[in-house]
Amino acid sequence: MADEYSLRKEITKGFIQQNAVFVLALGLCPTLAVTTGLKNAVAMGIAVIAVMVCSNFIISLFRRFIPEQVRIPCFIVIIASFVTMVDILFKAYLPPEINAALGIFIPLIVVNCAILNRAEAFAYNKTLGRSVLDGLGIGLGFTISISLLAAIREALGSGTLWDYPWVPSSFPLEYVSASVMIQAPGAFLALGLLMGLFNRFLKNESS
Amino acid sequence: MTLTTVLTISFSAVFVSNFVLARFLGLCPFIGVTKKMENALGMGAAVTFVMFLASFVTYLLYGLILKEGALWIDADLELVLRTPMYILVIATLVQLVEMFLRARVPALYDALGIYLPLITTNCAIMGVALLNTTDAPVEIRSVAETGFGQGLIVASWHGISAGIGFTLAMILMSGIRERLDAADVPAPFKGMPIAFICAGLMSLAFFGFTGML
Repeated sequence: MADEYSLRKEITKGFIQQNAVFVLALGLCPTLAVTTGLKNAVAMGIAVIAVMVCSNFIISLFRRFIPEQVRIPCFIVIIASFVTMVDILFKAYLPPEINAALGIFIPLIVVNCAILNRAEAFAYNKTLGRSVLDGLGIGLGFTISISLLAAIREALGSGTLWDYPWVPSSFPLEYVSASVMIQAPGAFLALGLLMGLFNRFLKNESS
Repeated sequence: MTLTTVLTISFSAVFVSNFVLARFLGLCPFIGVTKKMENALGMGAAVTFVMFLASFVTYLLYGLILKEGALWIDADLELVLRTPMYILVIATLVQLVEMFLRARVPALYDALGIYLPLITTNCAIMGVALLNTTDAPVEIRSVAETGFGQGLIVASWHGISAGIGFTLAMILMSGIRERLDAADVPAPFKGMPIAFICAGLMSLAFFGFTGML
């Protein structure tokens, strides 16, 4: 099935056709939890890309040695190791406010079904190169989706983008932020509306 | 530990910081298994049970191994070992529960059977383990500091409460979705998008509990 894809398609299929958030609805917990600001979403996206590429690489490399009956525990241990590395690196190099915003959702990448899905559905029975490209593509698609969601929520909820106000200060009217958008209800509403728009405008041309 | 603390922890886990609607944990079953009321109830019961067990076991391991100064090893075990340790404990626990139920309580196994394997990758379980130990909110941390036994009790109680909150959200959502089937929804919004918008409105309602604590 996947053999008909060119290598370039292996990356781009994750953007729309097999978009992790809007089409497959995987990895929803971090999607909603960390999209209160664009910075947090990009940091989360980088973490997911790193874990996905590395775990796809290792799983694909060892796919002939992992017995089928215990493959899921093996995947989980491999993913958990990379999540721990990302966790430690983030704690060391990212500013504390981003770490506070990401909170328990960095260790929770280990139960992100988007990553386990790629391990099970792709890396376990595909070649090394393709698995790495697939992890990169699906990870990038995930990052783009959550960044879009975060940009909308941050712009409406705090009136800023990447922490800079998007309404110029010379503008005569002050922007009054709808703070519900950066609270829990706004996350569900924004994702529901974006998913509907995605179905309306993008899904048909890909299938 | 007073009765007020116990009630505060429960009320907080069920209403104020509901695991699904405020903390965004366990969204996959919340969207995936709420098309029918009885399935939602089965999943809720299974998750509550595993949450209680996982809270108990992970707190025990945290106190005996991971916590700073628990072992004579000069390393930050909390940061290095928590992720692999918790996920392995939860995966093993789910497997054991499945085997036990199949052998001893076949009726319950038939009712919960298909949901049990899904629970391993339910982030609400791992979430409750983390929120009991390394990332505990103030009300849990303050009790846990008074002693290991107290901490163990409060962690287990928090696990049960979080499970009840999860079950409540599942039941409410399945009730709404059973009615949505008959509703006239624009085609692109059928299924998941409208479910998320409903969840948003539910979350807004639960948001009203914030001022109560």
